[in-house]
Amino acid sequence: MSSVAISKKTGFGATLWDYLTTVDHKKLGNMYFFAGLLFFAIAGFEALLIRIQLMVPNNDFVSAGLFNELLTMHGTTMLFLAATPLLFGFMNAIVPLQIGARDVAFPFLNSLGFWLFFLGALFLHLSFFMGGAPDAGWTSYASLSLYSPGHGIDFYVLGLQISGAGTLISGINFIVTIITMRAPGMTFMRMPLFTWTTLISSALILFAFPPLTVGLFFMLVDRMFGANFFDHTMGGNTIIWEHLFWIFGHPEVYILVLPAFGLFSEIIPVFARKRLFGYSSMVFATILIGFLGFMVWAHHMFTTGLGPTANAIFAVATMAIAVPTGMKVFNWILTIWGGSIKVTVPMIYALGFIPSFVAGGVTGVMQATAPLDYQLHDSYFIVAHFHYVIVGGIVTAIFGATHFYWPIMFNRVLNEKLGYIVFWVFFIGFHLTFFLQHFLGLMGMPRRVFTYQADQGWDLYNFISSIGAIMMGIGVILLVVNMLLSIKGKPVNQRDYWGDGRSLEWALVTPVPFYNFKQTPLIRGYDPYWIEKHEGNKEGMTYAEPLGDIHMPHGSILPLIMSIGMFIAAFGALYHPDGVSWSVPVIILGIGITVACMILRSFKDDLGYHVHKEEIIALEEELYGKGGNK
Amino acid sequence: MGHDTHVQEKSVAQYEFNRKKNAVEMRKQVVNFAIMILFTFIAFAVVVADFSPYFIKPVILLLAGVQVALQLYAFMHMGEKKAPFIGVINTFVWLGAVIAFTFFLCFLTIIWW
Amino acid sequence: MDLNTKFTPKSWPDHAEQATLEGKNKFVGIWIFICSDIVLFASVFATYLSLKDKGPAGMDISAAELFGLELAFVMTMLLLTSSLTSVYAMYHMKNFNSKGVLIWMGITVLLGLGFLGLEIYEFYEYTVHEGFGFTHSAFSSSFYVLVGTHGLHVIIGLVWITGLIIRNMKRGLNLYNAPKFFAASIYWHFIDVVWVFIFTVVYLMGVLG
Repeated sequence: MSSVAISKKTGFGATLWDYLTTVDHKKLGNMYFFAGLLFFAIAGFEALLIRIQLMVPNNDFVSAGLFNELLTMHGTTMLFLAATPLLFGFMNAIVPLQIGARDVAFPFLNSLGFWLFFLGALFLHLSFFMGGAPDAGWTSYASLSLYSPGHGIDFYVLGLQISGAGTLISGINFIVTIITMRAPGMTFMRMPLFTWTTLISSALILFAFPPLTVGLFFMLVDRMFGANFFDHTMGGNTIIWEHLFWIFGHPEVYILVLPAFGLFSEIIPVFARKRLFGYSSMVFATILIGFLGFMVWAHHMFTTGLGPTANAIFAVATMAIAVPTGMKVFNWILTIWGGSIKVTVPMIYALGFIPSFVAGGVTGVMQATAPLDYQLHDSYFIVAHFHYVIVGGIVTAIFGATHFYWPIMFNRVLNEKLGYIVFWVFFIGFHLTFFLQHFLGLMGMPRRVFTYQADQGWDLYNFISSIGAIMMGIGVILLVVNMLLSIKGKPVNQRDYWGDGRSLEWALVTPVPFYNFKQTPLIRGYDPYWIEKHEGNKEGMTYAEPLGDIHMPHGSILPLIMSIGMFIAAFGALYHPDGVSWSVPVIILGIGITVACMILRSFKDDLGYHVHKEEIIALEEELYGKGGNK
Repeated sequence: MGHDTHVQEKSVAQYEFNRKKNAVEMRKQVVNFAIMILFTFIAFAVVVADFSPYFIKPVILLLAGVQVALQLYAFMHMGEKKAPFIGVINTFVWLGAVIAFTFFLCFLTIIWW
Repeated sequence: MDLNTKFTPKSWPDHAEQATLEGKNKFVGIWIFICSDIVLFASVFATYLSLKDKGPAGMDISAAELFGLELAFVMTMLLLTSSLTSVYAMYHMKNFNSKGVLIWMGITVLLGLGFLGLEIYEFYEYTVHEGFGFTHSAFSSSFYVLVGTHGLHVIIGLVWITGLIIRNMKRGLNLYNAPKFFAASIYWHFIDVVWVFIFTVVYLMGVLG
């Protein structure tokens, strides 16, 4: 694995092996990104089928059963397997660069996290070909899912269990990375906001995924091994599932939206060409949102019958979240205010994000009012609300950041013109789709229905909504086309592509070498690159150490094999209730593979290797020409 | 990554001092252990002695709380100021405890049938 | 500096487990993992509390009748003592006494095995003799999952520490394995922390009814 040959032409097999064994955060970031994009496309396709079915009343484009599967898989995939990995992609690719680290704290675990997520996601999607997908909604309430025939729910439980473990591992990894691996001088209050939001959302992962794991485990043993957690005839209680699910499920929204906030907090100051307004209040608001996000889960359960006291407490707590969120919105606006604004594709996503997200937030406060929620519950109003938050907040952030960070991640540029077209098609399509759904909900259209009767005043709105969905589909296709076109584009080969970069990642000349920083930088303040630039420092950073040998971790195939072990074990558990004789041996085999890999891993010392000074200099000359990265 | 440590030879005095300090610390840990064992005895004793549950329950919960604090701060060194990032670790642990507490509160109050 | 550097008792750093960046990462990492485990146990615990004594109509087993204190007391003593022995191992690590580390870690494993054996015996008693199987009722499911999750943590800890002992049997302490021993001992203390709650809430308060 000695190093210099990275940009040499290698065979397909070698490249594949490199990606299967890599522990490099940048490569894993790219893998997360493309895996997320794949599942985003699948889930988007499911959404299109749903909207085509609902385009006209009494439609029979898909059957009721298939519709349930589609809407379940759409929700599950979008939240767990599309939005999360897409954001993880950015976190992996950008956060170590922002804090001046050479890699994450646990590169091996980083790779394990990715493979667990990916194989769990694959397992879940195999359900389509193996007897039917899960069909109890992404919330999979136990009262319904316990009695769902077939293996759909089992796929849901096992797939999410595996990919959830991967997410938890990555979350721990990010927390430790941000705590311990910051460059000298990078105090907590000098960290860029994307790093901050990554830290807080990883903390939410840390505390929110265990309850999900527990809930899924209860469901697993209930369905497959005869336990009685949710079976009321045996003393169980399905409300436990609802609590455990929403204890996880509500923070999950913040797990996704906080990094999105962070991305916009990076984009806006760059293009407003102004320091982020109210940095410390942004940090405070992020922490507060994260904390309050844990204290409000029961607002998803107002109609369960928790009693007026519980409902009142959770209603008030929910409304309280609007305060720090509002702080953030005002800070963004005030950052733009008086700035020397440069409108680019990332910036226009940011400008589109603010009103869309505020609309989603306001309807959220409406639903926090418990009595009103009794009216809105399970109607299309809810659908409109959370799509405004998720599409208007998270997806715009992902698209904007894709354009914004493309030069750093791939050393190419996405086409600006096509970028604008994508934005307008997608943005208009998004509002067409979901704005009218507010009114559909108020008119009484329930969510998760596979069709509806004509002439209730719902026909036109549903039709327009479906047109909007098709526009969003076109937008995403064009975005993918844009990505493909960029392969042919010219390499960027410069630092600070946008010209107004502020944080450390822009101080690096692309392509970023595998060790990131040849010398660890010294951070002299918030927006370190901006400071260096304004002091006329041509190299973009002050160094904290002389050029020396760099210690790097070895790659390993073990994470993939460990994940495959869990994948195999999941099949054993899946067919256990069918009474097949091989189920328990397969579970033991799969877990055995995983444990054997862990033992192998701990018995073989992994001391990493050193990249020598001369190799670094040679590599830098090869990448950047004579004189290296100057 | 492994390059930021330097081997430093200790002087004889320093070495002797450290060994003594470690031994004293270890003695303290044994005392802590004795306290834990004592508390466990008391907890089991009050239950066996059949006092009123209204007395027993708070007492054994309190004893458990003290034992856990001893484990965390004595055995697991959570109070050691010089350990790296111990403040962040403390924050995370107590945040986890607060969140865990809300689970208990919720599961004991609003799941009732 | 290489992670495999040889040390003497005099050159051994005061906080060897945190002397390298890897060591610091492991130290912070195991703590952060423990935080998530706190929440994991809280979920299982809370479920147990809400399902305690719940079962099919006419269920005749309750916590007050089922649980005995003798076994729980012995198990508690074993686990508490194993906590102390792992502190002894860490004490010897500070003094660069690798033999001491291995011996005390070995004693920890033995005590842990004793605990595990008693737990298995207890489960066996309940399942076979009391008819209180895993599928018996919501109460039984939640009891076995709660105590079983703790037991699983014990098993993982035992495999981990045993692996460390075997791997480092022949070579002395260095900056590569010191953080590993330290992390394992922190994890082992955490198992004890959880058990303190289990014996208090499940057994002691269970007997009270």
